[in-house]
Amino acid sequence: MQDDPVIRVIAKVLIPTMMLFALYVQFHGDYGPGGGFQAGVIFAAAFILNATVFGFNRGRHVWPARLNLMAITLGVLLYGGTGVATMVLGENFLSYNALSDDPIAGQHLGILLVEFGVGLTVAAVMVALFFAFAGRVSHVRLLNKTRAHEKAQAEAKGTAND
Amino acid sequence: MTSLFAQWNYFLVIILMMLGFYAVIARGNMVKKMVGLNIFQTSVFMLYISMGKVSNGTAPILTGDSSTVYSNPLPHVLILTAIVVGVATTAVGYALIIRIQESFGTIEDDEIIELMDDADAASEGPAS
Amino acid sequence: MGFIIDATLIAFLALIAIAALRRKQLFGMVMLSGAFSLVAATLFVVLDAVDVAFTEAAVGAGISTVLALATLSLVPAEEKPHSIAIVPAVLALATGLLLSVAVSDLPEFGAADAPIHNHVAPEFIIGSEEKIGVPNVVTSVLASYRGYDTLGETVVVFTAAIAVLLIIGGWTRRETEITESTEDDHAG
Repeated sequence: MQDDPVIRVIAKVLIPTMMLFALYVQFHGDYGPGGGFQAGVIFAAAFILNATVFGFNRGRHVWPARLNLMAITLGVLLYGGTGVATMVLGENFLSYNALSDDPIAGQHLGILLVEFGVGLTVAAVMVALFFAFAGRVSHVRLLNKTRAHEKAQAEAKGTAND
Repeated sequence: MTSLFAQWNYFLVIILMMLGFYAVIARGNMVKKMVGLNIFQTSVFMLYISMGKVSNGTAPILTGDSSTVYSNPLPHVLILTAIVVGVATTAVGYALIIRIQESFGTIEDDEIIELMDDADAASEGPAS
Repeated sequence: MGFIIDATLIAFLALIAIAALRRKQLFGMVMLSGAFSLVAATLFVVLDAVDVAFTEAAVGAGISTVLALATLSLVPAEEKPHSIAIVPAVLALATGLLLSVAVSDLPEFGAADAPIHNHVAPEFIIGSEEKIGVPNVVTSVLASYRGYDTLGETVVVFTAAIAVLLIIGGWTRRETEITESTEDDHAG
């Protein structure tokens, strides 16, 4: 699949469009269907398409494992942190009215932050899941190749001894 | 008979649930069990969303018109999060299937039980 | 008209589910389960749950099919053949019958006076406009009214990712043996 020019060109057009659409879904979720969960999955789909078309290693290169783990934790931290911030400002956990003088503006800010945290976590989790599975597949293939190689070597040794 | 038409959705949800449930408990292949579990899960989602539907209602996105009837948003919220959590737990299931395949060389549960019995018999054999 | 679309789609859903579960080839089964998710998403749109449909289309037909295909490349391609198991079939049918009895007590499909529509939902719809100022009620309930719930769900997704990375993210024992043995070869 990596050598097919049609798929490569289409993917190059599709990947940025998908990312843009994910951002639209993320930040337009207040006004239409959408939100952090959906945006996260669409954003992850862009990276998964990149990795399936251009290969596992190039996919891993644009989204390194360390960054991935950090993004997973940062999202949850952002969500929980918003809750703690409202507590510090003297309201209950996750009651966003405290975030601004105007309660409605506070709610808007709170929902934006929380949805962003959800989107970050979901996107990073989905990419991490894909790379964990794809990494296992390529790992097992390598393992089988090594096993076959060892077997062939052992057989070669056996015939040499005869 | 009127109730069958009035509650058509609920009865079809039950059929889906039976299919999923049967696949989970009867089939030995673990990937098939996971797909059965997904069908079971979707049937539960469908039940919740069917309950939230209001006749002649529209999606719960405010139009500014006070006469608009909206469907119930609460089941939507519950199911929205349940779908994402569902795929995350499904991934854990598939990961376990991969590990089972690596250690036993099969994903049929009766074969795995046989292999484990053999291993038990082999470990108890010399001691007794 | 609404009823016809609804009934057709949900019957279609049941047919796809039966076709998927009858498949011996696991690849065909996984593709059919992707189609199942897509039809389910269409049905969610018909039932006014646009946000849910969005999620189901992206997650069910997209990500979970990809994960299932990755699994399939590591496991046998076909299921071991076997006949219909009687006890599970009877058990499933009995559960279905029991639920059918329970369903006949539910309010009519689409009834506006059902208890579920008269408890907290009107508060959410009015409050979303007056107290939160977000037109999409699902978003305002998800992030504000039920913020605790969503925090919990996010933590579950986080935990599941950590679990998958622990189960299949690392190297196997076999791998370390290989690297050690090749290192020995170099040393020797």
